[in-house]
Amino acid sequence: MSMIEVENVSKRFGPILAVDHISFRIDRGEVVGFLGPNGAGKSTTMRILACFFPPTAGRVSVGGHDVTTHALQVKQLVGYFPERVSVYPDLPVRSFLDFVAEAKDVPRAERKREIARVIDSCGLEAVSDRVIGHLSKGYRQRVGIAQALMRRPQVLILDEPTIGLDPEQVVEIRSLIRNLGAERTVILSTHILSEVSSVCDRVIIIHQGRILASESLAALRAQLQRTRVVRVEAEGPEAQLRAVLERLPGVETVRRPEIKVRRAEDNGAVALIVEYAGDDIRKQLSRAVVENGWELLEVRSLEPTLEDMYLQLIRDEEQALRIESLNH
Amino acid sequence: MKFLCVFKKELRLYFGSFIAYSLATAFLILTGYFFYTDMIFYDLFGDFQDITSSLWAYFFQDVRFVSMLILPLLTMRLFAEEKKLGTIELLWTYPLKDPHIILGKFLACFLVYALMVMCTFAYPLLLSSATTFSWGPPSAGYLGVLLLGATFIACGTLISSLTENQVVSAMSTYGVLVFFWFLNWNEEAVGPQFVGTVVRFSLFDRFEDFSKGVISTQDVAFFILATFFFLFLTLQSLESRKWRGT
Repeated sequence: MSMIEVENVSKRFGPILAVDHISFRIDRGEVVGFLGPNGAGKSTTMRILACFFPPTAGRVSVGGHDVTTHALQVKQLVGYFPERVSVYPDLPVRSFLDFVAEAKDVPRAERKREIARVIDSCGLEAVSDRVIGHLSKGYRQRVGIAQALMRRPQVLILDEPTIGLDPEQVVEIRSLIRNLGAERTVILSTHILSEVSSVCDRVIIIHQGRILASESLAALRAQLQRTRVVRVEAEGPEAQLRAVLERLPGVETVRRPEIKVRRAEDNGAVALIVEYAGDDIRKQLSRAVVENGWELLEVRSLEPTLEDMYLQLIRDEEQALRIESLNH
Repeated sequence: MKFLCVFKKELRLYFGSFIAYSLATAFLILTGYFFYTDMIFYDLFGDFQDITSSLWAYFFQDVRFVSMLILPLLTMRLFAEEKKLGTIELLWTYPLKDPHIILGKFLACFLVYALMVMCTFAYPLLLSSATTFSWGPPSAGYLGVLLLGATFIACGTLISSLTENQVVSAMSTYGVLVFFWFLNWNEEAVGPQFVGTVVRFSLFDRFEDFSKGVISTQDVAFFILATFFFLFLTLQSLESRKWRGT
């Protein structure tokens, strides 16, 4: 059985449908990234999983317990880091964690050890006696993560855990999440796409309350790699070069790159982006350039980044919606 | 016993942020001043006859007024602050039940209030060094002050759970408490029958007997029920998140 099962779940706020009939499953030990623009329904979905509020319709279970009828059991399993870093500014770090340990039913005998453990794993030793409100944003963020880690929850729900941290801290938190993912289920939402590729096994892309994709990164990449892209740099007359490249098999478009870095030595060099479908055309391409007597400076295959995939998915979805509305 | 963690956290917040200290200072200065003036009044006009009706009654009615001024400032943060800070998300996602959260907060606030009231024991103690009097009537007065305070706090807790703005929370609590105070003021306008009915619900009139040294089960029951009623409404207000879309 999956650790998290979400079936046909909707959440409505008055007239707004924030989450629209979504379904997914997450297994034990998986690290899943929620990806989507602001207002896509990521936080709402996470709040439902954390039992902050119940869904309007549908069934959600965590560890086999229903979030609506057995919220208390679910809350025992889940560690939640809210989007708004919520900590009591007037409490010292240790008192706050003391409260968290008691609220999460950490047995009295183990409380001290458990608090020391989360303080250690979030790097809070230096500030453990200071008042939270006086800490820097990065430290406050870590206090938020520390409370989520208390009592080693089986499911960790982290809503944008690395926002506002400096790059070094981001790397630390990511490695912390990766380590946690070895033994428990982690869901994290983020805008930062590189975070997903560095941490997650799987990505769920949410847009306008619906799931656009729920796949491993490799599968997503393969699915979206209908067109492949090559960047060519050559010395020669641009118009003729374009004409030759456009005649190659499978080539769809030849265009100038959007951003071109000018270097002193590339006087007279032409950079072009070739989009094509089908088999690799780099061999034919380089032969064609050389046979025409031009100098080939560079041929580079461009892997689509997660950014490209993500934007393409959202574009496709919006196009589909437009077509749908035109048909009506 | 799950409410204890919330209870302890609230106390740490009250005493960690000077709210409790500054409000206690105001409370003690005001009640101390009132006790002083009531003493002067008793000295001038009371003829040392009936200390209950000419000193204690005035003093406890003044404590009642000061409590009305101070308590909304003590209760305003209970839920409003958590909502504003977003820490309510933690409380609601920890394995705590809503009644635990409410009880912990209510009792913490009540304890702070009880401590303030306890400090005023100094006034009758001081008086007892100068003269002898029966301790019965002031004891009844203190019981009344605590019961009335509990009801005020429960009312403030309810209102704090309805908003995330502490100023709105305090002002609305003043509004409700003053309404209970004014309930019997316009006797001429609405007729004695109406007043006779509403007076039963006036938190202030119910208190009058206590201040005169009378403990009636009816009044005790009324304050306890009113407290539970407000806490019950608080529970409903918190649970409304489960069906309301916010």
